[in-house]
Amino acid sequence: MSAPLLEVENLTVTFPTPSGPVNVVDGVSLTLGTERLGIVGESGSGKSMTGRAILGLIRPPGRVTADKLAFEGTELQSLSARQMRKIRGARISMVMQDPKFSLNPVMTVGRQIAEALRTHENLPRRDVKARVAEMLHSVRITDPERVMGLYPHEVSGGMGQRIMIAMMLIPRPRILIADEPTSALDVSVQGQVLDLIDDLVRDNGMGLLLVSHDLHLVGRYCDRVMVMNAGRVVETLDARNLHAAQHPYTKGLLAAVPRMNETREVLPTLDRSQWAAT
Amino acid sequence: MTAIHLQDLDIYYGESRAVQGVNLDVASGESFALVGESGSGKSTILKAIMGLAPDWTGTIEVDGAARSHGTDRAFSAHCQMVFQDPYGSLHPRKTIDAALAEPLLIHGKPNRDKRVVELLAEVGLDARFRFRFPHQLSGGQRQRVAIARALALEPKLLLLDEPTSALDVSIQAEILNLLKRLRRERGLTYLMVTHNLPVVSFMCDRLAVMRHGKIVETADVATLRSGQFDSAYARDLYRLSEPDQTEQTP
Amino acid sequence: MTLTTWLTDDAPASRLQANLGRAYDVTRRLLRNPLAALGVAILTVLIVCAAFAPWIAPYSPIGQDLGARLMPPSATNWMGTDELGRDIFSRVVHGARLTLLIVGMVAVISAPLGLILGAVSGYFGGWTDRVLMGITDVFLSMPKLILALAFVAALGPGIENAIIAIAITAWPPYARLARAETLTFRNSEFVQAVRLAGASHMRVIGLHILPLCTSSTIIRVTLDMAGIILTAAGLGFLGLGAQPPLPEWGAMISRGRSFILDQWWVATMPGFAIILVSLGFCFLGDGLRDVLDPKSGDKS
Repeated sequence: MSAPLLEVENLTVTFPTPSGPVNVVDGVSLTLGTERLGIVGESGSGKSMTGRAILGLIRPPGRVTADKLAFEGTELQSLSARQMRKIRGARISMVMQDPKFSLNPVMTVGRQIAEALRTHENLPRRDVKARVAEMLHSVRITDPERVMGLYPHEVSGGMGQRIMIAMMLIPRPRILIADEPTSALDVSVQGQVLDLIDDLVRDNGMGLLLVSHDLHLVGRYCDRVMVMNAGRVVETLDARNLHAAQHPYTKGLLAAVPRMNETREVLPTLDRSQWAAT
Repeated sequence: MTAIHLQDLDIYYGESRAVQGVNLDVASGESFALVGESGSGKSTILKAIMGLAPDWTGTIEVDGAARSHGTDRAFSAHCQMVFQDPYGSLHPRKTIDAALAEPLLIHGKPNRDKRVVELLAEVGLDARFRFRFPHQLSGGQRQRVAIARALALEPKLLLLDEPTSALDVSIQAEILNLLKRLRRERGLTYLMVTHNLPVVSFMCDRLAVMRHGKIVETADVATLRSGQFDSAYARDLYRLSEPDQTEQTP
Repeated sequence: MTLTTWLTDDAPASRLQANLGRAYDVTRRLLRNPLAALGVAILTVLIVCAAFAPWIAPYSPIGQDLGARLMPPSATNWMGTDELGRDIFSRVVHGARLTLLIVGMVAVISAPLGLILGAVSGYFGGWTDRVLMGITDVFLSMPKLILALAFVAALGPGIENAIIAIAITAWPPYARLARAETLTFRNSEFVQAVRLAGASHMRVIGLHILPLCTSSTIIRVTLDMAGIILTAAGLGFLGLGAQPPLPEWGAMISRGRSFILDQWWVATMPGFAIILVSLGFCFLGDGLRDVLDPKSGDKS
């Protein structure tokens, strides 16, 4: 196991509500090396907030506290906004759920990717273009020259997400945080996008934090899985041992998914009173 | 007895043809699934049956009666629809009570107060939800309200447009169980649109796989469970959906 | 159980409680905004003045006292007197009635007119939309005050005609607004669901679409109130609105203009009243926007 890329200890994200402050993330600790870690949970479990908090993307009135939030040994909480911007994007990147909302609709794809590269590296124009083409090629876009001239509305959802990935990976970050990267996509495209992320992360020796609501998907594409509920980590397990989960919450989640060869008359449902306050 | 009969159905959106040459029969009391990826035209078929996509040619018959190209009152008591997005299908400024009473009011049904309470009970919602506004409810609770609203006029036929795809898995299980129970208790016919094959395996008797506005293959659920589809596209869909399951059973 | 807990109960037991609870929530959030609270206070003063004018005003608004012409503000005449010796404070207080009448009537006529035209236009689309929006554009393209002037000139001066003239020129923005809002709801699933329940088009528009357009229209109308007051004052100033001896603020300024250099208070006092009330409406409108905007509605 390599030295950890990311160390998080006792991360808490608090939002004020009319009935007092609420911890949407409540004392989460994790370490990420050159590996693929999945964070799974249902909506409201705090999984997305965890990813955003690491990148410093929680906007006021939300508040983030942590005993430790270190990237390659650098404490992120002590950095200025400017230093943080240098790390975000260049060293830690994030792929969001829907490419439609993350791409600028009035800029060509090529320019947006080039922009992502130029903000972090000073390169001559010709090299930039070559790097963009190379990057698009590596996300398996066969005709980069043509795609570079397209506007976001001219590309399909799967292509859009691959462009997003290209944009996020072009500054060669160390960690990729993927927040539900495929839930807006069709099944046939989902697999391609995840395979692509998987290959790129492995080839470049990166750390991947895959945030998803889909236990099976995370189980397939990650080494370790962290299950979250109501802001807390329920359990962390080896992806291979997912089916052997011990915690009743994880087991309940697994059982609630219909199977392809479904013979059960009734699907088991979670008895929420056991964990959640709601 | 045929509940839904579609013949040579073409549906147009402006200039483009979203659905072409669809032939389909759903038997009364059956649960039938339309499966396909986005843009395959599966939701469009539901809209055309309901009268929300009026630009079509061909035949649409529901229980032997030809459908008009618009919505109409008599039909609405017979066939209802549940939408995909529980956040968009409830009026944001109306209480649950108002949402459930509306169809009863339109059709001049008596005993509205009693019916609303019954409907809530039927979909497993506590009576204290009755006067809340949609924003005070979770996604699953909203979807229960949407189902209750669809049942208010006691239709025989329910069209379900991805009823659980916006919900968490544990909530999805609850809603699927609810839909299954309601069908059993009321002898409903379902025509369900989904992209999720395991859901079809749980809920449906037969399915049609759609692609680019055409039906690629029609099969029964046994074929789905074994994956023995005739067409390559259906087998692809099966293969892509299936690995989820293999890891579950070691 | 106190009234507050009853109002904020998250499981209301009746339709009345649910609606009152919502109203309570809106009011509470509105009053928490200091500027909006100030706006509410100003308008409350306006309404109180209008309702109890004869009791608040120390003198008659039309009672002349030629011996006390053009007196500066003093303990007996708080805002001084005008060229006929009438107490300006009393006239300003009574003028509140006219102002309230004008803005109230204009809002009652133009807002529903604009709302309905806009909603019908947006809901049906196609030819209906083109024709109705064409008419709206014709009205929009003409300067408000000039159009109102033309109407008053045709109908004859007087406060009723001024109200009609302003109402006729005020509705097009509401129609545009309601149309734009309707377009965003027209294809939403909750509208489709009501149509599928067999509701007629009129029912969908009246009971489901209009209620959603009203909050933005209320905001817009409140913000426009200042403009309406100013237009009314402008008409009064030009002698085409309220006729003497009615204590309309604009007309009062108009009469005071001849003395503006030596007896500044004659024109300035009603001017202050106009500014204050316009500001009150603007503050309230801004506050309402923060509270009623559907996008912020879910937060608390």
